[in-house]
Amino acid sequence: MSATSISTTGDASGGAEGSGPVTVVTGVGVTAPNGLGVEDFWAATRAGKSGIGRITRFDPAGYPSRLAGEVPGFVAADHLPGRLLPQTDHMTRLALVAADWALQDAGIGPGDVPDFDMGVVTASSAGGFEFGENELRALWGQGSQYVSAYQSFAWFYAVNTGQISIRNGMRGPSGVLVSDQAGGLDALAQGRRLIRRGSTLIVSGGVDASICSWGWAAQLTTGRLSTGDDPATAYLPFDRSASGHVAGEGGALLILESEDGARRRGAQVYGELAGYAATFDPAPGSGRPPGLARAITTALDDAGVRPEDIDVVFADAAGVPELDRIEAEAITSVFGARQVPVTAPKVLTGRLNSGAAALDVVTALLSLRDGVIPPTTGVRLDPEFDIDLVTAGARPADLRTALVLARGHGGFNSAVVVRRS
Amino acid sequence: MPAKEFTLDDLKRILLAGAGADESVDLDADISDTDFETLGYESLALLETSSRIEREFGVSLDEGALFDANTPRALIAVVNNHLLALESA
Repeated sequence: MSATSISTTGDASGGAEGSGPVTVVTGVGVTAPNGLGVEDFWAATRAGKSGIGRITRFDPAGYPSRLAGEVPGFVAADHLPGRLLPQTDHMTRLALVAADWALQDAGIGPGDVPDFDMGVVTASSAGGFEFGENELRALWGQGSQYVSAYQSFAWFYAVNTGQISIRNGMRGPSGVLVSDQAGGLDALAQGRRLIRRGSTLIVSGGVDASICSWGWAAQLTTGRLSTGDDPATAYLPFDRSASGHVAGEGGALLILESEDGARRRGAQVYGELAGYAATFDPAPGSGRPPGLARAITTALDDAGVRPEDIDVVFADAAGVPELDRIEAEAITSVFGARQVPVTAPKVLTGRLNSGAAALDVVTALLSLRDGVIPPTTGVRLDPEFDIDLVTAGARPADLRTALVLARGHGGFNSAVVVRRS
Repeated sequence: MPAKEFTLDDLKRILLAGAGADESVDLDADISDTDFETLGYESLALLETSSRIEREFGVSLDEGALFDANTPRALIAVVNNHLLALESA
């Protein structure tokens, strides 16, 4: 990969991803359809336990897609103060709790780090859709006097970043990335840039949720939602019967720090955010190749590793035959046929929009820690694909370096390399 | 006082419904002369509160007067003055 191609990978500052302090993950917080909290999620994921079922957040009977991954047992009032409830969408409540858990996991309390040395960078795909739906209903059903003043920000893409920042007194550089499912990786990369520029701590990742009738209508327009009614077979990426994906809610937030800073305060370290790249697909009909393989090779270069150093790949796993083929070919082109284990535990949660890739990075870090690759439960690999897909239960393995892939609707490709410290 | 008076209990009920309550604040204590800011309500919370008062009591509150009313006692007086003006109109 030439420096020229690296310079087109989406770093607004131009040039390569650059260098600076090694960026590590010191805490994680998870709200996932197959587990509320990282322990529940990881136990379920290792065991291949799914969180997909018929939608309960609204009545899906009149919709072509009726399954989703919903976060179980989440009662916002058990976790958040009363002042926050009238002003937050479901996704923001999940995000605030995930951020609280990530900070606890990292051993960071109020006052430990100066306000201006902490920032927040999250990914978003749709903002607070359910909140907005309720306020639109109030507007058209009762009149403008009935619309909440909090609608002014509760729907907004940046709202999770803003609310996490306010709740935790984080007044340093912050932002939001909107690139659909790729966003979770793009946000972590921006977090790494901020650590390299001198921030002490960045909360980063993504938590998303738009399982409401309006959000569902929007998601259906992609044409990629599975219409199956059996949770066991509705989302089968890389399978000959792949027919779209199941959507879900939730995601993960991670605490990023410099390795030196983390070691100095004696923090636990899950691993290093070692490499990143993002590419954009060419316009349809241009005849030029998809950008995913280039994202992979550029991320490997950025991490300073060779293909044979990657011990496991967490696939984007679109569940759409053409997109599965593009991903399988990209993996094979970089690593060779069946040379690296590939897995997609998101079959257990559904695709979580901007929360998906952040959760995959957490899963990858836990896999490195525990030496186990969680399975892509239920999938029978289409023999057309020359990849070593881990399907038949968790696979023990000595893992040091993992690659996480994510693609967003409309041409986004992102890749992240994480390494055990 | 207007026939349909706006009371401290009305205000507390509407504050709770529209903006919730800060855990460190006891709304049942004597809060009549405590700043809204001290009670944990920022400008957007007061905007939401005034909007709810307007639709429940059928008044249209003057924004300038609202802005100046920074305690429950002052806000209750503003609302009741509007209600009185409405009755005598």
